[in-house]
Amino acid sequence: MDTIKQMLSLSLILASFRFATPLILAALGGIFSERSGVINIALEGMMLFGAFAAAYGSSINGNPWTGVLFAIIAGLMFGAIHALVCVIFKADQIVVGTGINIFATGLTIFLLQVLFNVKGTSPMVARLPFMRVFDVRFSVTTYIAIILVPVVWYFFFKTSWGLRIRSIGEHPAAADTLGIKVNRWRFISVLISGALAGLAGAHLSIGDGSAFVREMSAGRGFIALAAMIFGKWHPVGAFGAAMLFGYAEAVAVRVSFPFIPSELISAIPYILTIVVLAGFFGKSTPPAADGEPYTKGEN
Amino acid sequence: MGNRWENIKSILINFGISLLSIVVALIFGIFFILLTEQSPVSAYQALYQGAFGSFSNILNTLWRSTPLILTGLAFALPFRAGLINIGAEGQLLMGGFAAGVAGYYFTSLPGFIHLPLAIFIGMLAGALWGGLPGMLKAKFGSNEVITTIMLNHIAIALTINYGINQLRTSTRMATPRIESSAALLRFKELPSHPFWGKLPFVELFAHPGIRLHMNFILAIITAIILWYILFKTTLGYELRAVGFNADGAEYGGIKPGKSMFVTMFIGGAVAGLAGAGEALGTHLSFMSGMDAGYGFTGIAVALIGQTHPIGVIFGGLLFGALNQGGLEMQFAGVPSEIVNIIQALVIFFVASLQILKMYLRKRKEKEGVE
Repeated sequence: MDTIKQMLSLSLILASFRFATPLILAALGGIFSERSGVINIALEGMMLFGAFAAAYGSSINGNPWTGVLFAIIAGLMFGAIHALVCVIFKADQIVVGTGINIFATGLTIFLLQVLFNVKGTSPMVARLPFMRVFDVRFSVTTYIAIILVPVVWYFFFKTSWGLRIRSIGEHPAAADTLGIKVNRWRFISVLISGALAGLAGAHLSIGDGSAFVREMSAGRGFIALAAMIFGKWHPVGAFGAAMLFGYAEAVAVRVSFPFIPSELISAIPYILTIVVLAGFFGKSTPPAADGEPYTKGEN
Repeated sequence: MGNRWENIKSILINFGISLLSIVVALIFGIFFILLTEQSPVSAYQALYQGAFGSFSNILNTLWRSTPLILTGLAFALPFRAGLINIGAEGQLLMGGFAAGVAGYYFTSLPGFIHLPLAIFIGMLAGALWGGLPGMLKAKFGSNEVITTIMLNHIAIALTINYGINQLRTSTRMATPRIESSAALLRFKELPSHPFWGKLPFVELFAHPGIRLHMNFILAIITAIILWYILFKTTLGYELRAVGFNADGAEYGGIKPGKSMFVTMFIGGAVAGLAGAGEALGTHLSFMSGMDAGYGFTGIAVALIGQTHPIGVIFGGLLFGALNQGGLEMQFAGVPSEIVNIIQALVIFFVASLQILKMYLRKRKEKEGVE
């Protein structure tokens, strides 16, 4: 009984917004990339590098907004690498994504030593402002994430740019004959994807905390990827899934269960994603051309 | 005649791409070394010294390449069948955990039963963890990239977060120490071994710093077996046919679903062996952080080896040398993580340079038309 009371308490439900924030932001980023036809399993690395850049930016002049700017630039840089290698050189997107994740882990620990002279945790840096709702503190990044959900939905389903990106991801050859520059739009979409994942990282280091810790993304980029798939590549669906997963994380941290060990509750999002992919909750189908490089004159 | 020449040419092109990628990655690495205000020359000298500077360093390079060769193979084999196994990390964890538990759970078995049993249990755990996404792909069409990523994280929760917490007997984040009957023979123990100690020159290995153990030999044997399966058996032919064109293979009477399962099952078993080797040879228990990202680095190793089992051995040796030499760089004032950066750069360049092959192929097709 107590467990159920705890699980339904208002503070826990509100706390899930905090846990869901990086998932929402990165999942929206993933939607940009994959709707345009580029698989992005590098969200994890982009988020991690964004988190580092945010802490570094914030430490430069004590202004956390500099950190946000740095995080977005960091995400753009990694997005540019992913886009350059995948879109221009048409390399295997999964392989390159894995490379970016390795790059991010190495680079952030390397830069921790070069810039901060520490190996594990950066010094404390200025933190983003927060606002209270029902006595629970929410960082500014949480509000940004929630506002971005309808914005991204509107972009994809109510604007011609959004329609272009969607058509590129479904049938690039057809889009090409209509005069849409397929690879240019893909490049842009991957850049936006990186920027959003970088922002998600800023939430981790200067929104929710006030320091960068090595490997602090801790698989959240992959949970965001799961949220995107769970939400069937739709911004609102991804938001719902991110909330569910954020709730699972909040429960794992705060509620003690009589039978299920708390260490295993954190695995629930991953198990759910496998179940969804197997088609038990209706088929979750990616954009038709997701993962396929486009060369003019082929197909 | 012409076919043979084509074969040699394609091997040379692949070799060239790998070599070029490594060279370019090392050149880009200079930029990162300069950030630390150290001399790139002395940093790379330290890297070389650390990897090859002495007999025991060379053996430790082999030691560090062992799990990388195996995870590289775990990626390469499914890749040949058209599947992308991002799950070697999870398969390694499951294998290492299962082998580590088997290593301390059985207390009164003789070594010649205990060790093979523990290795077998580890490989089986990895194989099941790899076979599951293969089966899901075959039965439901689930994308194996996503399922293996998810299974990696489930494996972390199961083995490191839950398993170790349940089983550990001290503050050390590890399962209890394995029985000596389950331990893989270490090279430094060879001189005092009742049988191998009689061999000539065996006293060369009597150096406490040498950490190489028998899993390296098992890794090489595994690579050769996989090469044989892939290129000399019907099963291997079927796998490659499915990887080349799944629909065409099905038309030719091959069941792609079976190939998907089999290739992932074997790949998982090989990654499981990597974990078992780390648990039974390197750490003598399953411990947190033991995986060290080998599952992901293995992807780079496989690419450097052009997903050919023998090539993967060389890819593994190269990355093992980087990992081993990286420590020496740390002493020279350059953070050893530069090695991860260089490894990631290698991935970018190998992946990008595939476009060269596409270009060459297209040029040939054009010539054929004219």
